[in-house]
Amino acid sequence: MIRDKQVPMREQSGAERIRNFDEVPYGYSDDEAAAEAARCLQCRNAPCIAGCPVGIDIPAFLLAVKERDTARAIAVIKTSNALPAVCGRVCPQETQCQGVCTLGKRFEPVAIGRLERYCADWESTHPAAPTSVAPSTGRRVAVIGAGPAGLTAAGELRKMGHDVTVYELLHVAGGVLMYGIPEFRLPKAIVKREIDGLRQMGVRIEVNQVIGRIATVHEMLAGGFDAVFIGTGAGLPQFLGIPGEGLNGVYSANEFLTRTNLMRAYLFPEYDTPLRVGRRVITVGGGNVAMDSARTALRLGAEESLIVYRRSEEELPARREEAHHAKEEGVDFHFLTNPIAFLGENGRVTGVRCLRMELGEPDASGRRRPVPVAGSEFEMQADSVIVAIGNGPHPLVLQTTPGLELNRWGNIVADPETGATSIPGVFAGGDIVTGAATVIEAMGAGKRAARAIDAFVRAK
Amino acid sequence: MYKILEKRRLGPGIQEYVILAPDVARVGKAGQFIVLRLHERGERIPLTIVDCDPKGGGVTLVVQEVGKSTREMGETFGVGDSVLDFAGPLGVASEIERYGTVICIGGGLGIAPLYPIARDLKRAGNTVIGIIGARNKELLFYEDRMRAVCDEFHVMTDDGSYGRKGFVSDPLREILAAGRPIHRVWAIGPAIMMKVCAKVTKEFSVPTVVSLNSVMIDGTGMCGGCRVEVGSATKFACVDGPEFDGHAVDFDLLMARQKFYAEEESCSLERYLAERKGAETR
Repeated sequence: MIRDKQVPMREQSGAERIRNFDEVPYGYSDDEAAAEAARCLQCRNAPCIAGCPVGIDIPAFLLAVKERDTARAIAVIKTSNALPAVCGRVCPQETQCQGVCTLGKRFEPVAIGRLERYCADWESTHPAAPTSVAPSTGRRVAVIGAGPAGLTAAGELRKMGHDVTVYELLHVAGGVLMYGIPEFRLPKAIVKREIDGLRQMGVRIEVNQVIGRIATVHEMLAGGFDAVFIGTGAGLPQFLGIPGEGLNGVYSANEFLTRTNLMRAYLFPEYDTPLRVGRRVITVGGGNVAMDSARTALRLGAEESLIVYRRSEEELPARREEAHHAKEEGVDFHFLTNPIAFLGENGRVTGVRCLRMELGEPDASGRRRPVPVAGSEFEMQADSVIVAIGNGPHPLVLQTTPGLELNRWGNIVADPETGATSIPGVFAGGDIVTGAATVIEAMGAGKRAARAIDAFVRAK
Repeated sequence: MYKILEKRRLGPGIQEYVILAPDVARVGKAGQFIVLRLHERGERIPLTIVDCDPKGGGVTLVVQEVGKSTREMGETFGVGDSVLDFAGPLGVASEIERYGTVICIGGGLGIAPLYPIARDLKRAGNTVIGIIGARNKELLFYEDRMRAVCDEFHVMTDDGSYGRKGFVSDPLREILAAGRPIHRVWAIGPAIMMKVCAKVTKEFSVPTVVSLNSVMIDGTGMCGGCRVEVGSATKFACVDGPEFDGHAVDFDLLMARQKFYAEEESCSLERYLAERKGAETR
């Protein structure tokens, strides 16, 4: 008999966890993992594999977990996915592998993400066999940006025997995994461990490198690199363009999260970077970054954390689980509400002027367009406001690479299958190509580009 | 790790450092900046480049000890020590062209980033009028270096302890009022000084470049903390600047944003000083 429900994963209660930055779920025990893995039907067509952007052989690893052979399980995962501890935590499995799980048609799908996380965490406490690296090809590849796309491309290329150097602009590798996603959702120690794994494979990672200035992409190609992969991400925060945006206390989500996650402002003054939060915090936006910001505000001591989103709950782009966690923690959602001005006194933000919205006809995205309700203007008080409405492409490398074709949003035009750009030998993937998307999609792009780069440099 | 090659005291609380960063030294230009971090718990400190030595690999910076981190750097980092992180060059370089006659104004610490701009303008064939100023004689530095690249030179102190008594905007106004043809002005220093200078040059319609030191976290375009209003547009000082058209900058907004973390900064400094004192008496 098959259990209709997933084995639940124990987690910190909402009231408890807003007082710390520790991870919310505790993870499965060995017995819980084996019981959950046993729910897999081992379908022969395995729709889950096609649902995974990096194509992990999911039935094979679940079978190994069921048989309590976790070493085999993690080996299966790692053939396709270099960062399983990260993906097990931040992938939107409900729309990927679990979204197409055969079991999910009648019951709850197999908790594939939780089991991936279980395997990766098991590995962290068990000595792992080093990932095998093919004999040196003598080919050199530069990777720009040490985020999910770049790190994945680097790992794959290294496994193929290429000499790989990753250039990172910030002082640590990891990209959005380090500066963006909070500790309570993705512990930084896990990211560091995954990156150490790449280093052990022989991937060189250089931080503090301002590519575009100290060397351009063209100079890299002329200077001994056989190919360059650009994975510089969507790092440029967008603002609403409404009055009062320059007031103190109005943050981009990037600034708010970077101060907290990368610079550890929650440990100020032990760490030197401060962050002022206040009693009542309003976050504008409805994506995962907005959820992360609102939940972080609570942990930094805000008594009230509100989310203002111009569409309805149904259109919320955040993962269900993230919105659910935010609600459990007491985040107060204000749907169909659109800010039109930030209000302030003495240069500091004191509130937000909003309009009530209602849903009209579907727009270009297929979602019903929010339209203002006439005469509905009202004000909400706030000590801080976090603008989490998205990020544009990071500009530095794009501005310094003549001949690189960009689309009308300023993203790099790249072949979705190979990552090839308008410049021979230059490949790109992740948010710098697609605009802000998910960690695993960026990883998938890095992996596909690695295959194309491998073919390209071998043919040279 | 980036080694400190030289360290020199220029005045009370003002230190000049030469830090080994060959990649940056090779390509760094006047007007650009770097970001450094002292140690694992440190903040990212943006500092404008004063000089680059492409051969020796050194990058010269001038640091005023105004807060905890800069104080810590001055007191505990010496020649031979290394800072943990150093990234650059960031920002857009100064537009060095042959304009004709230019006025280069440096106030206080602003003299440091002004110097390479004046030097390069001179090299490009401009007639350079230099004006530097500080609160008092002790806080003035680089007088010789500036004099060497200027065709005409004015020194001002607020209290009259050296040079002429008054503000850097005084000789600026006199020169412009005399009707001398001036093709461009650079004014770098405290926000209020740049605001006043830009107001003067606007009266005479002389294009004026200012360099903005707004609060930054990453310095690479990611946080938006350094945003400033220029004309009616929001610009990021780190990637669109740090130099902007002085006639279009909203200086009042800049000054308000610079002060946001004043309390936290003073709390951090107090704590540091108490720790230092404790360590000394122990």
